[in-house]
Amino acid sequence: MAVIQVERKPLTFAERTYIPQIIGGLKTTLKHFFAPTVTLQYPEERPEIPKGYRGVPTLVKDPHGREKCVSCQLCEFVCPPKAIRITPGEIPAESSSVHVEKGPQAFDIDMLRCIYCGLCQEVCPEEAIFLQNQFSMSGYTRAEMVNNKARLYELGGTLPDQHFKWDKKKAAEEHGNAH
Amino acid sequence: MIQPAKPDLVTVNIDGKEIAVPKGTNVIEAARLVNVDVPHYCYHPKLAVVGNCRMCLIEMGMPAVDPATKAPVIDPATGKQKINWIPRPQIGCGTNVSPGLHIKTTSAMVKEAREGVMEFLLINHPLDCPICDQAGECKLQEQATSYGRGYSRFVEQKNVKPKRTQLGPRVTLDDERCVLCSRCIRFSKDIAGEDVLGFVDRGSYSTLTCHPNRKLDHNYSLNTVDICPVGALTSTDFRFKMRVWFLKQTNTIDTESSVGVNSVAWSREGALYRITPRRNDEVNDTWMADSGRLLYKQVAAEDRLKSAESLDALVAKAAELFKTSAGSIALVGSGRSSVEEQFLTKKLATALKASVALVSRTAAGDKLLISADRNPNVRGALVTGLISALPSARLAQLAADIDAGKIKTVVSVGEDLIAAGLTAAQLAKVSVVYLGTHANPTSIASKVVLPTLTVFEKNGTFVNQQFRIQKFAKAVPGLSGAQDDLVILSKLVQAAGGHETASEVNALWPAIAAEVPVLGTILYRNLPETGLLLDRSAWAGLPFVEGETLHYKPAQPAATATA
Repeated sequence: MAVIQVERKPLTFAERTYIPQIIGGLKTTLKHFFAPTVTLQYPEERPEIPKGYRGVPTLVKDPHGREKCVSCQLCEFVCPPKAIRITPGEIPAESSSVHVEKGPQAFDIDMLRCIYCGLCQEVCPEEAIFLQNQFSMSGYTRAEMVNNKARLYELGGTLPDQHFKWDKKKAAEEHGNAH
Repeated sequence: MIQPAKPDLVTVNIDGKEIAVPKGTNVIEAARLVNVDVPHYCYHPKLAVVGNCRMCLIEMGMPAVDPATKAPVIDPATGKQKINWIPRPQIGCGTNVSPGLHIKTTSAMVKEAREGVMEFLLINHPLDCPICDQAGECKLQEQATSYGRGYSRFVEQKNVKPKRTQLGPRVTLDDERCVLCSRCIRFSKDIAGEDVLGFVDRGSYSTLTCHPNRKLDHNYSLNTVDICPVGALTSTDFRFKMRVWFLKQTNTIDTESSVGVNSVAWSREGALYRITPRRNDEVNDTWMADSGRLLYKQVAAEDRLKSAESLDALVAKAAELFKTSAGSIALVGSGRSSVEEQFLTKKLATALKASVALVSRTAAGDKLLISADRNPNVRGALVTGLISALPSARLAQLAADIDAGKIKTVVSVGEDLIAAGLTAAQLAKVSVVYLGTHANPTSIASKVVLPTLTVFEKNGTFVNQQFRIQKFAKAVPGLSGAQDDLVILSKLVQAAGGHETASEVNALWPAIAAEVPVLGTILYRNLPETGLLLDRSAWAGLPFVEGETLHYKPAQPAATATA
């Protein structure tokens, strides 16, 4: 194998003093004194969450306060890490949304399992589950890391509704039809 | 080319495939034989054909013949006999095969017809699949994926019909989902013999309802839920419990009577959710009584027996009793035990030199799928030689022996001795070793209680009233603190000084096949899911209590029930 000898160039005088390099470095540092800050004082300061961000999955209510989930269990079925566990149940007769018939008795999402893929949101036929802006989950025990139904609604809040399909159904049921 | 038909066979051509089918077969069944699916709602193989859903429309034609000479007309283009296609679609369910019949199930006309039917069916459908229990096993859902248009052209208001109607104690009706196929009406009228359902109103206002002052409360009402192709009729017990796609299906046998109805246990993660019938044309067709569907609840019942002690400690206690009372032991076997358990029970009786008695349970049969003999496996005890005569309802001989002081220990395999006619005083005179699943007066009075498993937690076979041996499989894991009956029995056999036996069904069967002549050629794993008829000639003279039921005629007029 051929060996190529490379002649190393000797340093100039200026280079040997290191001064130009130090000044160059200080210039870069000085520039950042006046440039806008790029870091955040987390956790006091929080980043702006971009649109379509996939944070912690949450359950939402419609603007009338009705829980949108009807416990069809499609999210439980589609969830790749099997993080979701639902106990379906019948909505009691005295409830104002008895016409929806079915709702979750229990709804648990194990955040130690969740991979934030968003398939639950994609599959939901009732637009009841959304991955929203909440991105940090922490706890001291495994049990704390399982979000139950109350916690999921607390995280989710209310989102606008495009359809109000169950309200329309109820109106039709009450109105009946010409017959 | 049309093949010459064999006697009683008719050759038809379905989508270009020729097949010989029995005369009287309709097009849906003939197509099924060549793996062609003809979608349908109202047609059911075990019900009368009404042809009102119009989903099974097919295109049909007959080979052309010259009207005058009856000579085949040959198509000059192909050199084959010309087919005269009927220019309008026909219903497959109502069309019986005839020689040379040609069927198209995939033509443009058929597809268009099916799409038209689907669109009309979906016009007033509430589309509430997310809350509908039928989702996942709904014909409307399945066929909407093949023939639905994906969006609705219907801009008017949908019909409103009664929802959440309680048709009876076990059935909930949602009329908006009904496609008016009338299967439930035909079932109630023709099979269950209780004509309680019917349609009222006309056109798109037609509504399924119960006759005034009647309820859908007969013991076969849940079959209407099974055959409902959509989510109109749903089971109140299963309502909103679990989506069907999560459930694992395990073949099992109904234990409520000697009919041996084939059924499926649906479970998820060790919990049972429902029992449905499984088709067996020789036993139960596609039906099952409601009472048998509730039996799964015994698995998670509060009064299940369980033991904190190890099985070996319990068996040692029993062995001690066997030793101290050797020669004065009686054994009460069970017509609810599986064939394998009865085989080991017999081994135990031989090892203990004990007398064996069975307890019969009889009640009036319903002439359909519940027979007079409410034990599922009395014939298994005959086949395995556990008993040689039919059991009686009361243990009179055992009671007399206890009173005479001849018996010191009684081993009961799941039989409540007090219910079988022994008094508490008699029971107090003896030591009882009880193998059972649930607490009862006998288990409370027992010296040694060995908790066993229910039929849903173990493998085994039953011999039904036709002497058909049918297997059931383990649907859910056994209760913690209880043991498989076979494990307990084989340990007891050893404790009693008998030979070591296998304690698992597959391992045990070679021994059973070797020792029981009628079962000589059978192995558990080779048993077909629909069961196998045994040679019953050896027991033909016995006065069995069963009267006539579906697919069963008693060999001789039934002896009047002794119960």
